[in-house]
Amino acid sequence: SAITTVMAAAARFFVRGAQSKLALAGVGPGTQSSFGAALLKLSPGCGSRTNAQRRYAAHFTFQPDPVPTQYGPTQKMNLFQSITSALDNTLASDPTAVIFGEDVAFGGVFRCTVGLRDKYGKDRVFNTPLCEQGIVGFGIGVAVAGAKAIAEIQFADYIFPAFDQIVNEAAKYRYRSGNLFDCGNLTIRAPWGCVGHGSLYHSQSPEAFFAHCPGIKVVIPRGPLQAKGLLLSCIADQNPCIFFEPKILYRAAVEQVPVEPYNIPLSQAEVLQEGSDVTLVAWGTQIHVMREVASMAQEKLGVSCEVIDLQTILPWDIETVCKSVVKTGRLLISHEAPVTGGFAAEISSTVQEECFLNLEAPISRVCGYDTPFPHIFEPFYIPDKWKCFDAIKRMINY
Amino acid sequence: MAAVRSVNKMFGVCFRAARQTAGLTGVRLPGHRAFRVGAVQRQQPFDSSLEKPQFPGASAEFVDQLEFIQPNVISGIPVYRVMDRQGNIINPSQDPQLSKETVLNFYQKMTLLNTMDRILYESQRQGRISFYMTNYGEEGTHIGSAAALDPNDLVFGQYREAGVLMYRGFPLDLFMAQCYANADDLGKGRQMPVHYGSRDLNFVTISSPLATQIPQAAGAAYAVKRENMNRAVICYFGEGAASEGDAHAGFNFSATLECPLIFFCRNNGYAISTPTNEQYRGDGIAARGPGYGMLSIRVDGNDVFAVYNATKEARRRAVAENQPFLIEAMTYRIGHHSTSDDSSAYRSVDEVNYWDKQDHPISRLRHYMMARGWWSEDDERSWRKQSRKTVMEAFERAEKRLKPNPELLFTDVYHEMTPHLDKQRESLWRHVQQYKEHYPLDLYDK
Repeated sequence: SAITTVMAAAARFFVRGAQSKLALAGVGPGTQSSFGAALLKLSPGCGSRTNAQRRYAAHFTFQPDPVPTQYGPTQKMNLFQSITSALDNTLASDPTAVIFGEDVAFGGVFRCTVGLRDKYGKDRVFNTPLCEQGIVGFGIGVAVAGAKAIAEIQFADYIFPAFDQIVNEAAKYRYRSGNLFDCGNLTIRAPWGCVGHGSLYHSQSPEAFFAHCPGIKVVIPRGPLQAKGLLLSCIADQNPCIFFEPKILYRAAVEQVPVEPYNIPLSQAEVLQEGSDVTLVAWGTQIHVMREVASMAQEKLGVSCEVIDLQTILPWDIETVCKSVVKTGRLLISHEAPVTGGFAAEISSTVQEECFLNLEAPISRVCGYDTPFPHIFEPFYIPDKWKCFDAIKRMINY
Repeated sequence: MAAVRSVNKMFGVCFRAARQTAGLTGVRLPGHRAFRVGAVQRQQPFDSSLEKPQFPGASAEFVDQLEFIQPNVISGIPVYRVMDRQGNIINPSQDPQLSKETVLNFYQKMTLLNTMDRILYESQRQGRISFYMTNYGEEGTHIGSAAALDPNDLVFGQYREAGVLMYRGFPLDLFMAQCYANADDLGKGRQMPVHYGSRDLNFVTISSPLATQIPQAAGAAYAVKRENMNRAVICYFGEGAASEGDAHAGFNFSATLECPLIFFCRNNGYAISTPTNEQYRGDGIAARGPGYGMLSIRVDGNDVFAVYNATKEARRRAVAENQPFLIEAMTYRIGHHSTSDDSSAYRSVDEVNYWDKQDHPISRLRHYMMARGWWSEDDERSWRKQSRKTVMEAFERAEKRLKPNPELLFTDVYHEMTPHLDKQRESLWRHVQQYKEHYPLDLYDK
């Protein structure tokens, strides 16, 4: 993991005050009085930002869910706070539960574990050495020994050293032992998806690699309310689960979230809005893009869209998606991950098998290109609302 | 000079470990564990007026001579043993003085394993089972270490530790059932032969990928530590598997997170065809321990008492002090890697015969027993006959048994049956109904 880029990526999410001590020495990040800031001020072009220097605005607007009434009192929480709340509930209710990974002790690079070590103890919330294969292997062992294991991988982009442990071990533990042993107590969490400047190694959406692995579950929430309920379900689930957290939503997504624990069921897709002409399927951040696309389609084309949040990638809710496509006859699936072999391919293939005669147009996939995730070209790379809108237009006119 | 000093210092750690055998330092208070959580040296405030290094990463002394530390593979870490190759005790204080009953049990378990190996190896040659791996020459490592553990200690193995399971009482019928993948197999017929597992005997099911069990053992030991129930975890692996990244991960995690864990490396000279001089360039596996901050020892794996003593002490201290121990048991793989290997392609028959005839854990223990009048030629003959008979009877029973119901292809993927798997199961069933003459249904349980 490149330390400097982690710091850069995480800087957006850190409270600025923490850096002020270093300013006195004139070195380090510092504040306004730092050497670096002084130098910048000398540069002629520095006063106003020209067009070329403007950082691109986010490609979506987070759309909060309505306040839930069935789970008790709620509190305003952003995504990372809702994760902390879920972890807090878990550590409180299950004395065996432990949370571990790189940098989780001080609160985590995305602040998901803030306060937990002080509250529950150093033996329950602890740092591990910098080794993803070790983190997941260790987590499997904790789970096999009967304790709840919540392993954090710092970025989903760094999950690959643990791929063998996940695919060859965690996923197959129960099956290969004839149910003598299992690691259902294991949940792996990782920040996921584009963040505006993450580039190759801080933006990936690797769910497709894991969708191909029978024995694990893969879950991706669209906001704080879903995240807490889904994470608690993953932790309670008696199978090893991977929970990807859209990092761009950690601060941007704010909702009223129940303080008490609650579960949102796995393998159940959610129909966010009903429609009659096109089914739109997505997960994570892309749901908010799709909701906006649905409004655009209604406004500009008079097209009524049904928006479905898949939520669980594996095992996925085939029934809900097919039921929708039978009704609308058109399907658009969108994800940031590269299109070839991306999860849209699996959905597309299954839907055409089940709903062939209902289809009015070929199934459309609006996804990332088959390139590594680029840095400066991100605005062109991502499956934004215009690409999705255009795909709907073509489907309607097919 | 400085290099020699630092080398000696490094080995000093190991010498000290070797000398700390039966009950010395380390008082164990019943029910109270030395729970050193996060007991990393708290950094003193940095002080540049001191001539001592202030780096957070290491706090050794400064030195002003340029000298690289010699890895010193020539003399290396010494090999601890209790008996010579003829089974005579060298230093009486090291004789664990086990009872006749215990020692006879060691011997019978080692020879029963050997007999089972011979019969199952042959059965693969005859096409009765698909695959097999023997344990020839390494029986001492299994029995000696298994005997030193508590039955509740959790065992993670690689694939050449069947003797551990046998010592704990896994019945011949279940060994055979797994190899035959018949309906009695606890694993429900899903894995290749020798991938044993037993929940009751605390032996985690074997998996083929190498070294994956090493960080898992560290995690299990951590959970076991938190339970505080006087349990340890042992993790077996070969010197080849120790090259995997997972081994490095497991060693580092167990030391950093202070886990009550025994790492037991069977260094048997070969990883399939790869000899140790192509596997590593340092002084074996034991020399890596100090690099992780781990107490380490090298033992004669063909000396069942040496293995027993080292494992016993490592277990006692691992639990009392919450730290991992590394035991490298030197031995020799007398058999081929597996039934898919013919080791004459890469080593001489003379080399194999040396170990079989002149340095074998079974014959060493037999000499020890005979010297005490605990075993005679008659005992040997009748035991061989009896063990062969029991193995053959289990073998015949296993061979006759049907295979598990093919429905078991689809269960245990998840804790619960999922709709998509249920659909696939139904589609297979429908297909097999239609094309039943092409499927060997008569071999399987209904």
